[in-house]
Amino acid sequence: MNHLLEINNVVKTYGDYTALNNVSLQIPKGSVFGLLGPNGAGKTSLIRIINQITMPDSGTVFLDGEPLSPKHIADIGYLPEERGLYKSMKVGEQALYLAQLKGLSKEEAKKRLKYWFEKFDIASWWDKKIEELSKGMAQKVQFIVTVMHQPKLLIFDEPFSGFDPINAHLIAKEILQLRDEGATIIFSTHRMESVEELCDDIALIHKSNKILDGKLIDIKRKFRTNTFEIGITTEHKEQVLQLMKEKFEVSPADFKLFGDELICNVKLSNNQSSNDLLSVISKQGEVRHFVEKIPSANDIFIEAVSKNNSL
Amino acid sequence: MSKLQLIIKREFIAKVRNKSFIVMTFLSPLITVAMGALVYFLMKKNDEKVKKIVYVDESRLFSKEDFSDSKTVHFVDFSSMGIEETKKRVEAGDYYGALFIPAIDSLEILANSIEFYSKESPGISVMNALESKIETKLRNSKLTNLGIDLDKIASSKIKTDIKMFNFSGEESSKLINGLKIGFGALSGYLLMMFVIIYGSSVMRSVIEEKTSRIIEIIVSSVKPFQLMMGKIIGNASAGLLQFLIWGILIFIIGTITSSVFGFTMTEMQTSGISAEQLEAAKQAAGADKMQLVLQEIMRLPLLKMFVLFIFYFLGGYMLYSSLFAAVGAAVDNETDTQQFMLPIMLPLILGVYVGFATVINDPHGPISVAFSYIPLTSPIVMLMRVPFGVSWMELAISMTLLVVTFVFMVWFAAKIYRVGILMYGKKPTYKDLYKWLKYKG
Repeated sequence: MNHLLEINNVVKTYGDYTALNNVSLQIPKGSVFGLLGPNGAGKTSLIRIINQITMPDSGTVFLDGEPLSPKHIADIGYLPEERGLYKSMKVGEQALYLAQLKGLSKEEAKKRLKYWFEKFDIASWWDKKIEELSKGMAQKVQFIVTVMHQPKLLIFDEPFSGFDPINAHLIAKEILQLRDEGATIIFSTHRMESVEELCDDIALIHKSNKILDGKLIDIKRKFRTNTFEIGITTEHKEQVLQLMKEKFEVSPADFKLFGDELICNVKLSNNQSSNDLLSVISKQGEVRHFVEKIPSANDIFIEAVSKNNSL
Repeated sequence: MSKLQLIIKREFIAKVRNKSFIVMTFLSPLITVAMGALVYFLMKKNDEKVKKIVYVDESRLFSKEDFSDSKTVHFVDFSSMGIEETKKRVEAGDYYGALFIPAIDSLEILANSIEFYSKESPGISVMNALESKIETKLRNSKLTNLGIDLDKIASSKIKTDIKMFNFSGEESSKLINGLKIGFGALSGYLLMMFVIIYGSSVMRSVIEEKTSRIIEIIVSSVKPFQLMMGKIIGNASAGLLQFLIWGILIFIIGTITSSVFGFTMTEMQTSGISAEQLEAAKQAAGADKMQLVLQEIMRLPLLKMFVLFIFYFLGGYMLYSSLFAAVGAAVDNETDTQQFMLPIMLPLILGVYVGFATVINDPHGPISVAFSYIPLTSPIVMLMRVPFGVSWMELAISMTLLVVTFVFMVWFAAKIYRVGILMYGKKPTYKDLYKWLKYKG
């Protein structure tokens, strides 16, 4: 079994509104899975179904090969986008309570909390009330609460919001470490640079439909346009540009080098190879920059969404 | 520990640790007793001050005996002085007021011509006392004029006290009827207070979870139904604890204050009645009266009352607090609750009104019976009827209806609750709530 979570043909409607339209996903074991989509696409509805907060109207969900059932609650950790804790409850008590609700015994929960509080260097917060903590501090507690019962499946919805870059980095490191220790992670975010950094697989949901899914690297390959960014140091920028325009499809570039180079994007046609391009430009001056323009997660997101806007 | 127990425990502790709960629990019995003592003290003080009233009787109808002094009012005869002089004296001196009875032969005209002068407007009780004195005298004069012997009238007075029985041979009396009304009213009122205080506490706790956004984390671990029931039970336990502490504290403080200040609790409760009446009642009844009251209380169906009290108290509370929970789930903040509160408060208040208006006069009349069947009012109205003896058949109907409605209402509330807790933004309408009911899972 290489898929921890299998979602088959899930439909969810609220009254007349269809939140999920026949969505199927396979989430590989031990991966970080990016669940992407514009606001209101249906991500939260899907996450709530996985968490058994709501039930699908039709379709099935399997966790580790078994149909999803209440006993799986302990196998899932969920950090919702709209997060919060009891404001007037003390940090330690609250974490213990939430851990016990996830099925840990009090003693076990205490032991694990101690480990995490020391790891995050927040042991002194144990008796503080949440309302006395800053937003970032409360987020750390929230993170610990999510992962402490060592679930097989972790769902993070915008886990970095509210964190400064240092703490965001700390959390990203923890997420990758949890994956390396065997957890499977569903990661929902609008911050595409963290998708690049963390995700192995992604799925894109738009207007209640899944419009794209697979390994991030495969998707990138699918979205490649055979475009290269080049930068040449030359005395005769105009002539060189003119010469290139005769042979290739050239467009203005938006990357930056040192400033004195000729820069542009070159899109190759099907019968041209990168070596053709290189041999042409190497005669025109010193090649300082030559790189294939790989579509970023951001580009893919925007392109896929705008292509499917008619849905 | 099961999840439900964990939730109950948390809700209970959160409620009990709350500062306002602690203050309420320990301060309100103190305030209650202090207020009672204050009222008693002030009334005593008030009574101690003797009011001197002068009278000018030009009709020559009244004698000194007609204006006999009481503990708080002393009469002085100024008839020889004339009204104008008397008015001046009263205004200058330390008198409460002057009563002027003009010389008019016709008793009917005289009755409406008597005047009272005072510096400040006189108290109602003083005026009532004066009017009753004058009425008695004028009536007696009129009877004499009609040739009726006053002694015969006096000797013809007969006091009746009908002994009441029901067919099962239970003897009943006005005293026991009063006790029944007292017990019924007290339990109905207690239930209403409890529902309002702890029902809205459940509602606030739901709103707090919504606004702090922890709700989504909780419902990913437990079923919304478990959370709702945990809240209802947890808050009720805190409430029962509070009631228990109040009972104990009021008893302790009452005992201490009464031994310190030298008056008894019964005196305090009856201090609304004037001092004379109290004195008279005490002399008439003495210690036997207390014993009689106790005897009468023992004759009430106490065990049945207690069991039913628990049943209707819990049933009523659960029914209403599940509605409160649904309202809390439907809205984002407390100010939005208003529109949904009315349909909850209405039957509650109706229950108390019906209870006080009809059950007391006619405990087995059609209105009382109907409202003790209708589930939203039955906990209050039936509790008020129980001391008067309600047949098991009627109880069975009422209890069955309550249980059935309770189950339905919890189902209904849970439906609203599970959808509502995850909805933010727009304040829902009743139409929205209806739609939520149809959402699956």
